[in-house]
Amino acid sequence: MKTLLKWFALLLVPVLAALLWLAWPDLREPPVVESTALPAGAGQIEQGRYLARAGNCIACHTQAGQAPYSGGRRIGTPFGDVFSTNLTPDPETGLGAWTPGEFWRAMHHGRSRDGRLLYPAFPYTSYTRVSRQDSDAIFAYLQSLPPVAAARQEPELRFPYNTQLALRAWRALYFRPGEHREHAQRTPEWNRGAYLVEGLGHCNACHTARTALGGIDMARNYGGGPIPTLGWEAPPLAAAQPMSDAEAADMAELLQAGTSRRGVATGPMAEVVFHSLQYLRTADIDAMVTYIRSLPPVGDAPAPRQPRVSAARKAELMRSGEPIYRQHCADCHGQQGEGRDHVYPALAGNRMLTGASAGNAIRSVLMGGYGPSTARHPQPHGMPSFAQRLTPEEIAAVLTYARGSWGNEAAAVSPVEVQRH
Amino acid sequence: MKNRYPTAWFMALMLACAGTAGANPAEPMAERVQACAGCHGEEGRSATESYAPSIAGKPAGYLHQQLLGFRDARRNHAVMQQMLAWLSDDYLRDMAAYYGTREPAQVPRPSQATPAVLARGRQLVEQGDAARRLPACTACHGDQLLGVQPAIPGLLNLRAEYLQAQLGAWRNGARRAPAPDCMADIARRLSGEEIAAITAWIASRELPQEHRPAARRVQPLPIDCGGVP
Repeated sequence: MKTLLKWFALLLVPVLAALLWLAWPDLREPPVVESTALPAGAGQIEQGRYLARAGNCIACHTQAGQAPYSGGRRIGTPFGDVFSTNLTPDPETGLGAWTPGEFWRAMHHGRSRDGRLLYPAFPYTSYTRVSRQDSDAIFAYLQSLPPVAAARQEPELRFPYNTQLALRAWRALYFRPGEHREHAQRTPEWNRGAYLVEGLGHCNACHTARTALGGIDMARNYGGGPIPTLGWEAPPLAAAQPMSDAEAADMAELLQAGTSRRGVATGPMAEVVFHSLQYLRTADIDAMVTYIRSLPPVGDAPAPRQPRVSAARKAELMRSGEPIYRQHCADCHGQQGEGRDHVYPALAGNRMLTGASAGNAIRSVLMGGYGPSTARHPQPHGMPSFAQRLTPEEIAAVLTYARGSWGNEAAAVSPVEVQRH
Repeated sequence: MKNRYPTAWFMALMLACAGTAGANPAEPMAERVQACAGCHGEEGRSATESYAPSIAGKPAGYLHQQLLGFRDARRNHAVMQQMLAWLSDDYLRDMAAYYGTREPAQVPRPSQATPAVLARGRQLVEQGDAARRLPACTACHGDQLLGVQPAIPGLLNLRAEYLQAQLGAWRNGARRAPAPDCMADIARRLSGEEIAAITAWIASRELPQEHRPAARRVQPLPIDCGGVP
């Protein structure tokens, strides 16, 4: 009997510790506090519109062709799909019955009005740094939208990811409520950039790789990586070499105009420029670039797993790739991969093309596409889709050629890799 | 020395310019839509074997609605959606205006259908079926199916497979137009055989010498269409 009790006591300790670990964030969470500020004025709503754009809320919370902010967009995750929610002030299906305090709790603690924990597809790991004042402004703006009835759709997550217990464990591992702290030794511009990049911009939601459980891998923050389920790779923002002033100016232009001397925003980044960054004030864009330039380098990413290509096979792909390049690519990208300023990206020295993974380049060749229409660059040029015109072997050859010519020294691309996309 | 062939020289120069630039510099849109030419052909005249439809000379308002439709998921096509996803309404309107003013080319597509099928198709196209309140195609798309400005497309110069796929997509909801979606309503009331007959007949028609869409409608539409102003 005594031994049994001892075993029981021994078991009890880790169980209690686990329960405490899971419940700890909740125990520390303060109750909802309503602000005593005056009711929303036109200025606050305008400020909220700007901040909602900085957070790119509209992109996820709008389904193509439906009313803005009415939700319902399917968002893929490695654990199943979730659907964005209706942010319009419809009392039944949207935020009509919410208070500013409840909205701030969602932004800051990732908890819904009814107390449910929210799925972290909603990037509250970043939004937690948004100030109460800015959260209130965004809420005031959302409440000024025309209400749209659009019911919440149940997530299609696999067990056990669809349980509140799984969310609790995820949060214990990857989420701490936080706030933006001003660094006195940094400039106001840097601090503003940090607030935007780490908060509303939620840049590391894509530009940092995820762990196997879907957490942001803070050990390699801003080191870039594959974006789960989208098939695109986010480039690193933490540069190995310090960024020159000219490179910083190009980055600022790319963020605001969608096109720069160096390249075009493609894939998910085109969406971010289209809905969000093009509307930001130049001072805010510059502040973000100032902060990004200061990010500490994180070293090379672990090499992506790719099919091996022998030296002889690479030589063969280089040989067969050259005529394909001349026929299909050189008219726009130039005989020497020099491109055309602000029209067609140069391929010589192009970082998207020569990255460790050829994934983005493969997708661009297969799907084609246009850069985003922006106020600064309203009618960008486009690239045709080659999915129906070139075989995987030909795409691998032409990419191997472009990745290995004009000073580019990236690895060969295997047709097997093309077929994965 | 007097130049004896000024016109020929001028033509040669123009051709040389067109040849090297791949686009007419006086028409900046021509180069901007080179991405489209891969499937839809130069100036929107797609090749005989291409599934992608010829879009040259279609009413600009119709083309603009289709571009918006692909972008906003009323029509489904992965490549079109990705191409247009981040383009503004204004840019798409300018693209549509460009293709709307291109000259279509006659693409001969001999029909494989039997005379009986073609006759059934012709009857439905030209007369509809009053008993089922099915309007004739010609009632909206024009006597010669050349379309009406600004929003009703011509139906000639398209492959039967393409036309069939569109009616099929309307029937199962994969293609939608602004409500009331008259074509969805019509497509749902047609049988598979009727769709095959109608599309075989339309695809067998040659583009006449004078092939511009009519400038305006002469009679009211027999059915409400949200996409037609």
